[in-house]
Amino acid sequence: MTPPAQAGAIVAAPVSASSEDAVRKRRARILARVRAVALGIGFPLLLVAAWHQLVVATGTKLIPTPNQVGIMMVDFAVGGIHDDAFSGTILTHLAASMQRVYGGFGLAIALGIPLGLLIGKVPVIRQLLDPTLSVLRPIPVTAWLPLSMIFFGLGPRSAVFLVFLGAFYPILLNTIFGVRSVDPKLFEAASMLGCDGSRMFRQVVLPAALPSIFNGLRLGHGFAWILIVVGEMTGVPTGLGSVIMDGRTLSRTDLVVSGMIIIGVAGFLCDRIIVAINNRVLRWSPQHHG
Amino acid sequence: MDETRDPPRRPFLSIRDVGKVFEIGDERVTALHHVNAVIEKGEFVCLIGASGCGKSTLLRIIAGFETPTSGEVCVYDHPIREPGSDRGMVFQDYALFPWMTVRDNISFGPRQKGLPKRRVREIADEYLNMVGLTPFADRFPHQLSGGMKQRVAIARVLANEASILLMDEPFGALDALTREQLQDELLQIWARTQVTVIFVTHSVEEATLLANRVIVMTAGPGRIESDNHIVLARPRDVSAPDFNDARRRLTQKLTSHVARRELRTAA
Repeated sequence: MTPPAQAGAIVAAPVSASSEDAVRKRRARILARVRAVALGIGFPLLLVAAWHQLVVATGTKLIPTPNQVGIMMVDFAVGGIHDDAFSGTILTHLAASMQRVYGGFGLAIALGIPLGLLIGKVPVIRQLLDPTLSVLRPIPVTAWLPLSMIFFGLGPRSAVFLVFLGAFYPILLNTIFGVRSVDPKLFEAASMLGCDGSRMFRQVVLPAALPSIFNGLRLGHGFAWILIVVGEMTGVPTGLGSVIMDGRTLSRTDLVVSGMIIIGVAGFLCDRIIVAINNRVLRWSPQHHG
Repeated sequence: MDETRDPPRRPFLSIRDVGKVFEIGDERVTALHHVNAVIEKGEFVCLIGASGCGKSTLLRIIAGFETPTSGEVCVYDHPIREPGSDRGMVFQDYALFPWMTVRDNISFGPRQKGLPKRRVREIADEYLNMVGLTPFADRFPHQLSGGMKQRVAIARVLANEASILLMDEPFGALDALTREQLQDELLQIWARTQVTVIFVTHSVEEATLLANRVIVMTAGPGRIESDNHIVLARPRDVSAPDFNDARRRLTQKLTSHVARRELRTAA
């Protein structure tokens, strides 16, 4: 190494390195985003391809190919292919299911949040209700099915009840947790500023517990969509769950898979709506954004 | 009425033989033991002492967050039983309502009183201006620096027309520059509003700079060791010789009992 060559390298290096660096960084960022999208879309595509190959390779008649499911979904949506009882009925079933999902979910919110606030903040109510709820909670929702059919009959009310049960506990527990983890200084600050009683609940306890409550809402919402299929197995004529049960009875697996996909997509889209509401309501707390 | 007939003989804030025992499991810890003091309206009092001397507990009893095990604290002879809007606490970690904007935090007290919306707005504007946060009125606490948050906390208490400002190491979490600035602003606010300030700190320099009276407390069990008046002219200069003298005297009082106790245990 001779000294002049070294000096030249030092002068030349910073200029080219910094511009090259910027280009390299931008390229890396674009590449990372492309890769994320490719992975996110690529994996389900790969699954579909594997599904197709496996059905063809085994020659099974029990499982439809992705292509058959696609045709079924088009018929389910707009009709004109199979022209059977399910053609073009997607909206009827989706609307029926959504009514039950949001009926049960709404009931769970209406009961779970106020009860959670009370249990979290008022020791007497906690002592009164906590043991009972702790014993009821581990009972699987599906175990309630026979009783719920006796209470509410064979019909949509039974489905609403099951959805309610499934969504209720996550909302309740997260609300209780939210209230109990509020910095007690906030209650002290509010009380020294003249806030007490029911105003304390509305103005301090509820907003302070909101991040945790939204966690419960998202969990409960997921359970609500899971339980709609169980709920609609109780002999209702409409709804995505009943479509899946009908498909099973008729050995129409293309119908079963179509129903599953629609539930997945609808649940996902509705979750995004809850996340959007969450981000709007909790704009004061960026770490709680979904 | 008693109040109108004979006001001068009734002390503003009197701490009468206050004791506080905490029971932690089977253990009984005496946080305060026969504490007596009278604080007059408009005073700036610093409570100073080593940790465990009960200075924060005393402040929380005055706020009404804790009840004394024995004795009582009275405002104009009315015993304090619960938090009230005449006494406002400024916490070290701010305790702002994170879901409210700066403006809504400051106007929380006036809103509780059910004042008309226009009046609430006027009050908020006034105190936003007092602490210099008018441009940040619509920000949320998470968007503010520590110094700004503490300004909001001070404005929130003042907007509620508290006559006693209770401050629990309020500037302890701030950097030195911000702390100096806020000390300065607090003194200006104190001079302007004539609010009574009770300020807990463990910094002798901060106490010497701010207070016209420094109550030195000592631990095991917590009690008042000495009650000192600081008669330095304001604004005070931390580098002046008389400031240094005052600070040294306070430091001696703060450490003398520690030395005594060490001697006792050695013997």
